[in-house]
Amino acid sequence: MTTRIDTRFAELKKQGRSAFVTYVMAGDPDLTTSLNIVKALPKAGADVIELGIPFTDPMADGPSIQAAGLRALKAGMTLKKTLELVRDFRKDDNVTPLVLMGYYNPIYIYGVDKFLADAKTAGVDGLIIVDLPPEEDDELCIPALKAGLNFIRLATPTTDDKRLPAVLANTSGFVYYVSIAGITGAAAADANAVGEAVARIKRHTKLPICVGFGIRTPEAARAIAEKADGSVVGTALVDALKNSLDAEGRATAKTVNAVAELTAALAQGVKGAKQAAE
Amino acid sequence: MNIAKPNSYRSGPDERGHFGIFGGRFVAETLMPLILDLEKAYTAAKADPAFQAEMNGYLKNYVGRPSPLYFAERLTEHLGGAKIYLKREELNHTGSHKVNNVLGQIMLARRMGKKRIIAETGAGQHGVATATLCARFGLECVVYMGAVDVERQQPNVIRMEMLGATVVPVQSGTRTLKDAMNEALRDWVTNVHNTFYCIGTVAGPHPYPTLVRDFQSIIGNETKAQMQEIEGRLPDSLVACIGGGSNAMGLFHPFLDDPSVEIFGVEAAGHGLTQLHAASIAGGRPGVLHGNRTYLLMDADGQIQDAHSISAGLDYPGIGPEHSWLHEVGRVNYLSATDDEALAAFQLLSKLEGIIPALEPAHAIAKVMELAPKRPKDHLMVVNLSGRGDKDVPQVGDILRGKK
Repeated sequence: MTTRIDTRFAELKKQGRSAFVTYVMAGDPDLTTSLNIVKALPKAGADVIELGIPFTDPMADGPSIQAAGLRALKAGMTLKKTLELVRDFRKDDNVTPLVLMGYYNPIYIYGVDKFLADAKTAGVDGLIIVDLPPEEDDELCIPALKAGLNFIRLATPTTDDKRLPAVLANTSGFVYYVSIAGITGAAAADANAVGEAVARIKRHTKLPICVGFGIRTPEAARAIAEKADGSVVGTALVDALKNSLDAEGRATAKTVNAVAELTAALAQGVKGAKQAAE
Repeated sequence: MNIAKPNSYRSGPDERGHFGIFGGRFVAETLMPLILDLEKAYTAAKADPAFQAEMNGYLKNYVGRPSPLYFAERLTEHLGGAKIYLKREELNHTGSHKVNNVLGQIMLARRMGKKRIIAETGAGQHGVATATLCARFGLECVVYMGAVDVERQQPNVIRMEMLGATVVPVQSGTRTLKDAMNEALRDWVTNVHNTFYCIGTVAGPHPYPTLVRDFQSIIGNETKAQMQEIEGRLPDSLVACIGGGSNAMGLFHPFLDDPSVEIFGVEAAGHGLTQLHAASIAGGRPGVLHGNRTYLLMDADGQIQDAHSISAGLDYPGIGPEHSWLHEVGRVNYLSATDDEALAAFQLLSKLEGIIPALEPAHAIAKVMELAPKRPKDHLMVVNLSGRGDKDVPQVGDILRGKK
């Protein structure tokens, strides 16, 4: 079974360039603006979209993404509406891979089987669920793979060679390498250390490896793009969105453009990268 | 729901940390290797007689154990039913049962070579116990505490700072215990290489619910021996308050396979179960938070709801996973007491026995006030007096003066 993620990474490989992966929070700051942002991302140069599922208690996220989730929840966002957003996005775009990223509880409460069926129908390609390590694969990972969705696992600096095979066993689509031990938006990733880590993971898998956490600028994205199959930017985009809001935290005429412009600049950075050494 | 009764209520968890469907290891990959290391270290420590011997030494001479099992004569007379015994955990060094678990975890941290200890705290009792043992063993200590709790539990904040700990007021979310736990987890993910997370209750990812239970089981084990000595038999019932549920689990666990012993856990019903409260079993359903599946307070979308209790130590929208399981298999009865009932119990115990309880065990006393009169005079009821009320004196004083 091939998903839009597999197809996209195969195309990029042919073109000899690294993927640019963007993260935004679904429903931030409101459903309509959020849909317009998501629609604008591929045009601005995003190769893969990660869409955050808002959650009250995002234990692996820094203040920016925590606040984004709370803005979305305050505006009435739910998992059901997140899937509606994906369905609306798919009306105009049937090629850009879309990955939902979040925490397990909203999915568990929605009902795993119903969620997987609805997500597949809506046009979701993959899932990144932060609090489901391989030890809990029976919960969602195995059912997701059966339902035809990619289950993208996080590998981290603490995932050593002994543990990597377990982490990679049921991973599909791509591997998300978390470049720092920490929360989103915290420290900056060191490109050389990232290069070594990517090479280490490559010894265990043929899957593309995208790197995230701590990438904020076109220069940093370019440096990572030279070492990996993709770079993920989230907090910087969420911050750009936040800075465009009015004093009450509502969207302004600038909001969609603020995210699109930074996306375009970052995408330029990635596209200027030399091809990663194989 | 029809759930088969197990042969033993004390055999859990399974090797993956599950009590029935509850428990588990729902954590970020960054933490997983460390959690596996901790499990290994704990298994090795348990098998090492030197570890237990060292623990026993500190439990006796530093904590002051065993804690007395005290016959509350005037409370018994006043209620006119069951014979009430108080397990005096409030007499421990640092003023609560929390120190039993912290001592165990700090000894583990030392074995694992960790020099930096982090903890979350609600009422501050776990934070104080952690700060105390970090001072004793020369370890760096950072305590995360919701900003709301920092405000209402000032005496404990001051104590922690005197003991050399850094208290970080947590401003995110509802600014109470659940957010303190989020922030502690964020710290742990960031400082995973040198940091030991000392969890204060029987919750979190496996193996925490088990190891905290084991360290707290000294409460029930002592109670069993003491009751045997005083009355020559087992108690007939046990009552304890529950936030995460460590003092309750510590008292209950050694008695789970004694079918004659009735067991009651008391959750915090706050303003009442139809309003803001912290009773996860009475008002929640199974979900996944903070590393485990357990009963949680949440909305239809799986978003965690605000808990409310007058007692900062019970103000948490979840409960330890083993409690969720004991509820579903029907071994423990989970009741709840409101803020007002706890306040009344707080005053009653203070006046009748000269013991000012913490607001947390005041919830247990509140249910004793209901249960004891309905029991015969030869019924032996044990209440876990899990903490002393010094920390609550300013807060309760304000409330009572406001009421008068």
